[in-house]
Amino acid sequence: MSFALRTRHSVLPGFGLALGFTVLYLSLIVLIPLSAAFIRTAGMSWEAFWRTVTAPRVLASFELSFGAAFIAALINAFFGLIVAWVLVRYRFAGKKLIDALVDLPFALPTAVAGIALTAVYSSKGWIGQYLEPNGVKVAFTPLGVVVALTFIGLPFVVRTVQPVLADLGRELEEAASVLGATRRQTFVRVILPAILPALITGFALAFARGVGEYGSVIFIAGNMPMKSEIAPLLIVTKLEQYDYAGATAIAVVMLVASFLLLFALNLLQWWARRRGGQDS
Amino acid sequence: MSATFALPMAEYRFPVRRRASGESALVKWSLIGTALAFLALFLFVPLAAVFHEALCKGLDAYIAALAEPDALASIKLTFFVAALAVPANLVFGVAAAWAIARFEFRGKSLLLTLIDLPFSVSPVISGLIYVLIFGAQGWIGPWLQSHDIKIIFALPGIALATVFVTFPFVARELIPLMQEQGSEEEEAAIVLGASGWQTFRRVTLPNIKWGLLYGVILCNARALGEFGAVSVVSGHIRGQTNTMPLHVEILYNEYQFAASFAVASVLALLALVTLALKSYVEWRVRHETSDPVTVGPQE
Repeated sequence: MSFALRTRHSVLPGFGLALGFTVLYLSLIVLIPLSAAFIRTAGMSWEAFWRTVTAPRVLASFELSFGAAFIAALINAFFGLIVAWVLVRYRFAGKKLIDALVDLPFALPTAVAGIALTAVYSSKGWIGQYLEPNGVKVAFTPLGVVVALTFIGLPFVVRTVQPVLADLGRELEEAASVLGATRRQTFVRVILPAILPALITGFALAFARGVGEYGSVIFIAGNMPMKSEIAPLLIVTKLEQYDYAGATAIAVVMLVASFLLLFALNLLQWWARRRGGQDS
Repeated sequence: MSATFALPMAEYRFPVRRRASGESALVKWSLIGTALAFLALFLFVPLAAVFHEALCKGLDAYIAALAEPDALASIKLTFFVAALAVPANLVFGVAAAWAIARFEFRGKSLLLTLIDLPFSVSPVISGLIYVLIFGAQGWIGPWLQSHDIKIIFALPGIALATVFVTFPFVARELIPLMQEQGSEEEEAAIVLGASGWQTFRRVTLPNIKWGLLYGVILCNARALGEFGAVSVVSGHIRGQTNTMPLHVEILYNEYQFAASFAVASVLALLALVTLALKSYVEWRVRHETSDPVTVGPQE
């Protein structure tokens, strides 16, 4: 891209001021407050910490938060890929409008999403009334959590795969088909490997967002301890009971999990860039 | 001097080719059908339900729900908090982008990762960390109490939590944009004798204005709609520390569904306005530059 020489001494002014302000603001807003959670937990004995985070109710909430986020991210990976494909490759009426609306979960406040999904998927709702007679209960069950997290994570896969798919040269596909590959083979062997890093990135982003999600879930989940209670809700519950240590311990487990995920994601992107660099 | 270099590429379109490697019409339309059905089940139907539920008791009830003093107070508070959080993160975003995209220094990639950090933190935890510092049992809580300063369960706490959750939006739009544009134009301006401020205002700002606006739109949308983080620090005092999303929750839990959806419908409308503005900015960027600036997905 840019072949500008990177000189050690730039003629541009303002480096000290800009970097100084950036680091100060970052520290005050993000780093110091976040470290508070870890320092608080360090004040707990290891035993007390372990007892808190392995209590059956806490474990059940972790299982639900991580499990439902994983299933929702899988659903989004599959359907998000189809949506991205359709938006990039085909023309149909209303495509632009639909393309813009894909970002709705980013723009719509989570509480609004929560009550809307509950209204739609409850036993008398527009969709729920057809599901319930068939034995599918969505609202106030773990399935409701999956529905809410699918909504929240929907744009991630579409928006990470879409630009990669758009940039993908058609020449390779045409070459594959000229060389006798079927359309299915071309997809599996040519297209899928090219978009796989983006697909995994989108999956991981949707998963990470789902694990911590709160607003959209609490309305539709029913919030029954051991059954449909997510980990962020348990943090809020403990805070309301003035159990700061308990709330912080759960928070630290979730923070560590999301930092590990972030780290894995950075590794993946580094790997994808390197692979992409070797290809060209 | 004009700093926008619009090339007459806007009208150019790649010719549509018939592909030898395409799918059959059956596959094509079933894929379109699947995509639309998925989006309908998870996006369009819930969105329509918000407006349906809001208006199901009639227009009078709808207006009454919005004109109610607590609802008005929540609307005012929500916009006030956004008016604090968005400019703060805007200034930060510009400073961070200037430092990161214009200079080489050690630890840059670490700094980039740290700026993104708030996106990977659960909203509830974003609120919790401020309670741990400013709350009654927090680090400086007792000191604040003895000086009669309220942060948690008051406006400053709500503003801080909102700043945290919207922290990366402007920075992460500007950094890749400014990195891509390179610093040649600014260097030329400086060498020709412009001051740093003049260079920023006349060269940098016109170049980044759409990216800036894009980041502000996303930042603002999240600031208006944040629920989890604000819920933890707000204390839910009606008419005082309730933002719109919190007011939606309270009404809903009191089984005032129509009123709850009425306030929710205002938020949904704001979300639709956000999407429209966002599409407009993307469209302007596509039409103003020959090399389309990627305004990527936010996380």
